[in-house]
Amino acid sequence: MRFTMTRGAVLAVYALLVIVPVTVVVFGSFKTTPELFDSPFGLPSSFSFENYDVVLNEENLAQAFANSVVVTATSVFLTLLLGSLAAYATARIPGWKGWLIFGFLVLGMSVPAQANMIPQYVLFNQLGLLDSRIGLVIINIVVGLPVAVFILGGFMKTLPRETYEAGSVDGAGPFRTYWSIVMPMSMPSLAATAIFLFVIQWNDLLYPLLFISTDSKKTIPLALLDFQGQFLTDYPLLFTGVVIASLPMVVAYVLLQRYFVAGITAGAVKG
Amino acid sequence: MSATTESGPARQPVRPPAADRAGKRRRKGRGATRVHPALYLFPLPALAVYIVFFAIPTLQAVQYSTTDWDGFSADYENVGLGNFERLATNDDLFTNALSNNLKFMIVVVVFQTLLGLLLAIFLVRNTTGSLLLRGLFFFPTILSSVSVAYIWKFVYDPNFGLANTVLEAVGLEQFTSSYLGNDAAAIYWVALTQIWFHAGQMMVIFIAGLQMVPSELYEAAEIDGAGKWRQFTSITWPMIAPATAIVVAYTTIQSFKAFDLILGLSGNPPRHSLDILSTRIYSTFTNSQFGYAAAESLVFMAFIAAIVIVQRRLLKLTQKDV
Repeated sequence: MRFTMTRGAVLAVYALLVIVPVTVVVFGSFKTTPELFDSPFGLPSSFSFENYDVVLNEENLAQAFANSVVVTATSVFLTLLLGSLAAYATARIPGWKGWLIFGFLVLGMSVPAQANMIPQYVLFNQLGLLDSRIGLVIINIVVGLPVAVFILGGFMKTLPRETYEAGSVDGAGPFRTYWSIVMPMSMPSLAATAIFLFVIQWNDLLYPLLFISTDSKKTIPLALLDFQGQFLTDYPLLFTGVVIASLPMVVAYVLLQRYFVAGITAGAVKG
Repeated sequence: MSATTESGPARQPVRPPAADRAGKRRRKGRGATRVHPALYLFPLPALAVYIVFFAIPTLQAVQYSTTDWDGFSADYENVGLGNFERLATNDDLFTNALSNNLKFMIVVVVFQTLLGLLLAIFLVRNTTGSLLLRGLFFFPTILSSVSVAYIWKFVYDPNFGLANTVLEAVGLEQFTSSYLGNDAAAIYWVALTQIWFHAGQMMVIFIAGLQMVPSELYEAAEIDGAGKWRQFTSITWPMIAPATAIVVAYTTIQSFKAFDLILGLSGNPPRHSLDILSTRIYSTFTNSQFGYAAAESLVFMAFIAAIVIVQRRLLKLTQKDV
């Protein structure tokens, strides 16, 4: 009895702690500052998209949004491509060679970004890849690869040997086997990896902050961080930025919740 | 991260069914099929970018750390271990960041783990209500740190913020505070935000662990007349050891990297009272002290590794036949 009551109370309080601030932010994005301060919890008096107009067009969050879409989509796709090719090889090359390639690539998960970001900055500078969206894509691939190989390689190693042999009996080369047999069978782990990469790359602040200086090349988190200086206490505009930055993630989460939980916990190792 | 490469319950969802796994064991036997030579081409693109943009820079960081390079001049001096000596003995900024980071880490690791576990115990059964609440509690994890920072900036606003508004409304004026404006307490308020941000994620890892505990154990304990608490200490806690190890290690690493959350809540560069190691390294770097920042980053890495190892030892102690 006591357990049931405690459970109910804790869950209710925590649910409110999540729901209330999020609701205040969403409603707040439709309010003016005085309205927000007068009644932070109330419904907005009208659903006016004025704040959205200001943030998207005058503050050019639309451009940042487009940059984020292009950079994230390209990075996720290329990380999955390179990662699955490498994972496939590590699953099929027997003995120590396969393990060596796997271990070497996965070792990167234990190196925090702060440990090598300075030489990376110097290298990207020398190659003319600073302040460039291509540079961001490259760094995203490099940072995402160890996790991708870890999840995909771990999965592909568990596929039965017949999977790999079926192809060679039909005379299919390793690439055919990879593309038409192993990749379709690895869909669950590919989805989990894709979502993990999507979340960390869409939300990443560190590398854009290090690499990007031109306003028109900034991604969403970096553009959002700039709001801080400009609208120190214009909360409705900050909130509007938050809603826009979170929207793709929220939509994807509602549609693909199962994969989100699997993907984010599978990649939890990385942090 | 060795802490998490052990088979953890967390990765269950992406595993194929157990029947498939038997095949793997067979493959390990001798007489493996000949490897098609083209297979060695497959990892090459990944290895190439990884070596050029990751492995070599990591090694270079070690070399940088022994110099006083400013990042731009053609020449620099080799200072040997001088940077590390200065870090250890004569750098108040670094010591301050370290102390803030440790306070932050302890609060986050203890309370986020406990909250995650508590929510997991409450929501372990797969009922519709539990599934809905799990979905809700996990939700903050998918937001960006900057978004979370802005949400909580308003919660903590001393004049118009949600926290003080609520406290005044329910007649608890004496508990209102300036939150982030109070230097002594600010880092703990950021810790609270971090817990809100990631407790749901830890809950999910714990639920996976809890669902692997055989229910017969609890039934047997009931028959023996063990109460809920006794069941927790004798069955649950030892049985979920792998999940706890993952959660604690992951939470620790997260709390050393709460870079974005700090920048979002405190501005860039952050205030002294909110400076942690990752923001300190970044500030040193932006001050063109590349060599010194590299030394800081190596110490940072060593700290994380050391703390994760110590924690594993401590956890093992509490989990031995309670």
